[in-house]
Amino acid sequence: MKSALLELSYLIGSVTFIVGLKMMGNPKSARKGNLLGAAGMTLAILGTIFLFEKKTEDGAVVADHVVPGIIYALIFGAILLGTIVGWLTAKKVQMTKMPELVSMFNGMGGACAALIGLMEYEHNLHHTGALATIIAGMVIGTVSFSGSIIAYLKLNGTMKQPIRLPQYNVINTIVMAGVVLFGAWVVMTAPSMTFLYLLFAVAIVYGILFTVPIGGADMPVVISLLNSFTGLAAAFGGFLYDNKIMLTGGILVGSAGTLLTLVMCKAMNRPLSNVIFGAFGGGDAAAGSSSVSGSIKDINVSDTAVLMNYSKKVVIVPGYGLAVAQAQHVIHELETILEERGVEVKYAIHPVAGRMPGHMNVLLAESNVSYDKLVEMEDINPEFSSTDVVLVVGANDVVNPAAHNDPSSPIYGMPILDVENASHIIVNKRSMNAGYAGIENELFFNPKTSMLFGDAKAVLTKLVAEIKSL
Amino acid sequence: MESILNLISEHREMIYFVLLSVFVGIEVIGGVPTVLHTPLMSGANAIHGVVIVGAIYVMLNVDPTDYLALALGFLAVLLGTLNVVGGFVVTDRMLEMFKKK
Repeated sequence: MKSALLELSYLIGSVTFIVGLKMMGNPKSARKGNLLGAAGMTLAILGTIFLFEKKTEDGAVVADHVVPGIIYALIFGAILLGTIVGWLTAKKVQMTKMPELVSMFNGMGGACAALIGLMEYEHNLHHTGALATIIAGMVIGTVSFSGSIIAYLKLNGTMKQPIRLPQYNVINTIVMAGVVLFGAWVVMTAPSMTFLYLLFAVAIVYGILFTVPIGGADMPVVISLLNSFTGLAAAFGGFLYDNKIMLTGGILVGSAGTLLTLVMCKAMNRPLSNVIFGAFGGGDAAAGSSSVSGSIKDINVSDTAVLMNYSKKVVIVPGYGLAVAQAQHVIHELETILEERGVEVKYAIHPVAGRMPGHMNVLLAESNVSYDKLVEMEDINPEFSSTDVVLVVGANDVVNPAAHNDPSSPIYGMPILDVENASHIIVNKRSMNAGYAGIENELFFNPKTSMLFGDAKAVLTKLVAEIKSL
Repeated sequence: MESILNLISEHREMIYFVLLSVFVGIEVIGGVPTVLHTPLMSGANAIHGVVIVGAIYVMLNVDPTDYLALALGFLAVLLGTLNVVGGFVVTDRMLEMFKKK
């Protein structure tokens, strides 16, 4: 009876995962979809605790088995603590910091899978099949864990530059092969726990080596990939216990995450191998687009105010710089005041604007920018020729014409916003530093371009005040 | 060769299960607008927190005198909960913003 009920709760949970994920593909139903998934998860967790039956090695139920109170106390204690900490962290985090938080939560899941492996190993020394799933789940979970922590450190700025050991691709490949062979050896010979801990340590090192050379701009892709790794690790747990909800959830996330990773790569027009094995700043790519030269033109805030105030149509191109400066609220103010003066204002959203696809939409939605003002790249590009002023705030690579006309550039072929077609281009930047991809931008040297230097928030606040006084 | 064939026929149902789940995962994500990629990734992140079910299961089977196992199990359940709760809550926060127009 109990086990049938448990299976039923897992079945319902699995369905909520699938339906919930599907509902999340549509802005209207997305929130309900997420809550549905959460409900299914709660059901599965409660079922696992309250419908538990102790089984012997050959699967028979041990009658009248009582789980000691200390174990229940620890389980509920861990769940309570995790819920409070997880809830508060997720509620308090600033939306700009959200990508690194997702990465951190992903790492926790990976570590959880790794710990399961560490605990189950000694109980399964005589089953090669079970040992193989334990080792696979543990290694993948561990790599996901240490990789996610590095991704977290990179996104929050603690670790700024990609660290590349000489011949890091060769080293990484050797370490990866080492992990696989070591893992296979452990499965075959079932040595003592010491070797398992050693394998755990090597997997941690590999996760670090895997993520460390990859640049900050590619972190979303890496997080998405590590996300699918954790899914895979959960699925191996499902194999081990023949647990259907771990299998469904794990494989679902594994395959969906892999596809999402590829979709993100496509939006940046770079193959996945290029992201993992490094392109930006490494080897041949660095040679690209070195020939940009010419003079740049400054513009001050009051001239910008006049120019915008008397325009018919202004398009704002927001980038991560806007988010870093916390200027998303000021930009909404600018939009409101311009609209009051009869100027048509739109936002041009590049697919990879921000730190993750869709990140910029979330940030602007947070500051109450109306959803229909955010125009995607394909729809806004034809409109630039009828635009009077384009204001680029904290974006760089997504408006770099080298993507169109410099085959040697590392971003060549990436679809960009064709801001060059507008009558005036105003670029707000803190300094003349290159963008995340580390390459020059010839847009800044375009005769139609004027540079408005300064911190986005400070400059935009002044700009709003100027326009108000006109 | 024969052992591989035997393995496949022994785990026939499991293989069907895995294959179909893979296709469901791909099908569910296909054609999603770019704006929803971040929340979707975050939602998927919460769902793989289902690994907590495994952690609870291990914990329920632990020998209560094995303190190392108790500690590791506690940690595993804690980390799994962080993944699940944090994942769903942060996704909800993102999606909440899409709602108000």
